Amino acid sequence: MNTKVAAAVLSAGALIASLSACGGGGGGGGGGAAGAASDAKAKCSVPVTHADAPQVTVWAWYPNMESVVKNFNESHEDVQVCWTNAGQGADEYNKFQTAVSAGRGAPDVIMLEADTVPVFAIQDALVDLTEYGAEEVKGNFSEGAWKDVSSGDAVYAIPVDGGPMAMMYRKDIFEKYGITPPTTWDEYRAAAEKMKAAGGPLFGDFPSNVPAPTVALMEQAGAKPWEYDASDKTNLKIDLDSEPAKKVLDYWGGLVQDGLVGKQDQFTTEYISGVVNGDYATYISAAWAPGYLTGAGAGAGDDKGNWAVAPLPQWDPANPVAVNWGGSTFAVTSQAENKELAAKVAMELYADDASLEQGAKDQIIFPLNQSVLNADWFINNESEFFDGQTANKDVYIPAANAYKGSTYSPYSTSFYAEFTKQITAMNNGEKTGSQAAEDLHKAMVAYGKQQGFTVQE
Amino acid sequence: MAAQTDLRAAPPPPRERPGARGSGRPAGGWRQREDAKGWLFIAPFGAVFIVFLVAPLAYAFYLSLFTKGLATGTKFAGLDNYTRAFTDPAFLKGLWFVVKFSLVLIPVQMAVSLAAALVLDGMTSKFSRFSRLMMFVPYAIPAVIGALMWGFLYSPNFGPAQQLFGFFGLDAPVMLSPDNVFGALMNVVTWQWAGYYMIVIYAALQGIDPSIYEAAKIDGASSWQVALRIKIPMVASALVLILVFAVIGTLQFFTEPQILGRISNGAIPPDFTPNMYAFTTAFAFAQFNYASAISFSLGAVVFIGVYIFLFATRKRGSFL
Repeated sequence: MNTKVAAAVLSAGALIASLSACGGGGGGGGGGAAGAASDAKAKCSVPVTHADAPQVTVWAWYPNMESVVKNFNESHEDVQVCWTNAGQGADEYNKFQTAVSAGRGAPDVIMLEADTVPVFAIQDALVDLTEYGAEEVKGNFSEGAWKDVSSGDAVYAIPVDGGPMAMMYRKDIFEKYGITPPTTWDEYRAAAEKMKAAGGPLFGDFPSNVPAPTVALMEQAGAKPWEYDASDKTNLKIDLDSEPAKKVLDYWGGLVQDGLVGKQDQFTTEYISGVVNGDYATYISAAWAPGYLTGAGAGAGDDKGNWAVAPLPQWDPANPVAVNWGGSTFAVTSQAENKELAAKVAMELYADDASLEQGAKDQIIFPLNQSVLNADWFINNESEFFDGQTANKDVYIPAANAYKGSTYSPYSTSFYAEFTKQITAMNNGEKTGSQAAEDLHKAMVAYGKQQGFTVQE
Repeated sequence: MAAQTDLRAAPPPPRERPGARGSGRPAGGWRQREDAKGWLFIAPFGAVFIVFLVAPLAYAFYLSLFTKGLATGTKFAGLDNYTRAFTDPAFLKGLWFVVKFSLVLIPVQMAVSLAAALVLDGMTSKFSRFSRLMMFVPYAIPAVIGALMWGFLYSPNFGPAQQLFGFFGLDAPVMLSPDNVFGALMNVVTWQWAGYYMIVIYAALQGIDPSIYEAAKIDGASSWQVALRIKIPMVASALVLILVFAVIGTLQFFTEPQILGRISNGAIPPDFTPNMYAFTTAFAFAQFNYASAISFSLGAVVFIGVYIFLFATRKRGSFL
């Protein structure tokens, strides 16, 4: 009750303060927006510790966000986080997009996946953090992780966690059919053929609804689908029909057409039940996958200890390439009232040892902060999901450190939607991987031109 | 008696005098006051109508006249967005789908609901009341919940279909595959709406004077003849009404494919129907201007479709 009264007084105070602040120019609109913002402040999911400190509103969906926010608020007296869970992934992005288009209603700091950062950066919805001391935390992250949130000289977000890719596989199934973990994609196909000939389950899965890992696999083969620099907003280079891109799509299209891998959409109950059932011998996935599968109920009970992880198969084992799928960041929105304070939150939220340790130990996130990547407890952690395998040391940390970073599409939502269509057509046998790559390229070039870009092909 | 005679004998009250002044102005004033009262009565509705329907529509139309690219600012485009919509393969494909869907779905839906209403109208047992309720229940279930439920029923892993087919040693068909998705959606929509339409027709049937049936029986008409020659023609206006509802609803098809799309392995893409396309274009692709144009284009198509239909059925329809 007391906190409610305090919050009400606070927000009334904030309202008056912001009203008088914008009295000079803003007028009614500005006052209304400030009112909406203080309204949001009254409804923090985790009560603030220091009620008299200024507050920064945050949208995020990390499963352990509650303790992360508590840790932050207890250790900061000059700023407090007011956190809301506005939905996961696309749900949050759609709300944010609406707030951006409306010009009001966005939080001060927002959790975004790395591949979504450019989508909002190009709409001037995010603040370039170089002005607010982003360089100071640059050293906490690998070069690749930092490149993912940068565009040219600008830095639009602070990384929290990443998704170095690897191949998870079912030890029990591999043993049963006498298969050793493949190290190249040729071996992967050969193993898949061997398993099918022996009457085994599907070797993997090629989903249409999550094209992000497929884009990463195209980059692993050497494709550079997008080239874009925020300092030169109207120029865009698209190369989705390159030889490596076609090679990867033809490879997976071939696996699907030969019945070696499934074509089930992922992040669905259907897929999870298949995983629990042992319908898929491998899962080409990222470092967050064990946590995701555990949360979804896989790897427990009879299923316990069946999974192991090996490095991602390569095209050229002499020159291995590490790629990344997913991972998220904190960005400061341009609607933030106090950008400096918001930037401080973006840099320090989920960056303290207690939060990172909890996130990493409970397999909620794969932290990108070097303080964790170099910590003994993290390196030597024996993963329960992988039956005691030191998965971080063997697979994930080397992959994270070798990752060179990517450039994501400035319209990745439309890109993924179109890619989903193309993969669906491939999976239904309507076109080959090469055709899909060409059609995807054409569609994205047309879209880019339509959006006013000067597109180089 | 005497009093009455007195009244009758009394001179006419001086009311006529103002009217007799001739110019008609006072009469007009009286009507104006009456008009003002009328407006006062519709004011609550009018306010809501303007704030929540006319104003958003006007704003959406205003939006649809501009374009905004990611790399460019907002600029006036006139009707360019409409030209783009009617040459956009995604929009046209979605439109063609809902038109096809309406052509197949609506007759099936009407046949099911009409048959059910006629059967229920002919029965007078307790069972008829129970079945009436049961048929109406799907309409009471929110469309989202209904779609989620059907998603479960269609699931090859969890759903009952696999067990049913497995009983005969067969593999259950994948209901949400590109080939089957048309039928799968038709099933969901018919399930959801047939009960509602049935109630509308049933109510109309109950409103028919039973003496007409008696007359028909005396003339030797069989039950079939009563149904086909009397009942159906007499509920024609109700049929026209639900047809219009169905045309409008189906052309704006959104909820069911939007929900089932997530588990359809790509068989239901985000531009499956024009409404889904408008939604995705606005809220995922941030193209509010083009989305407004798509919505208006769809609205125009629906309007034209319904108008043609009403024009064609105007002789029978009583509410036009």
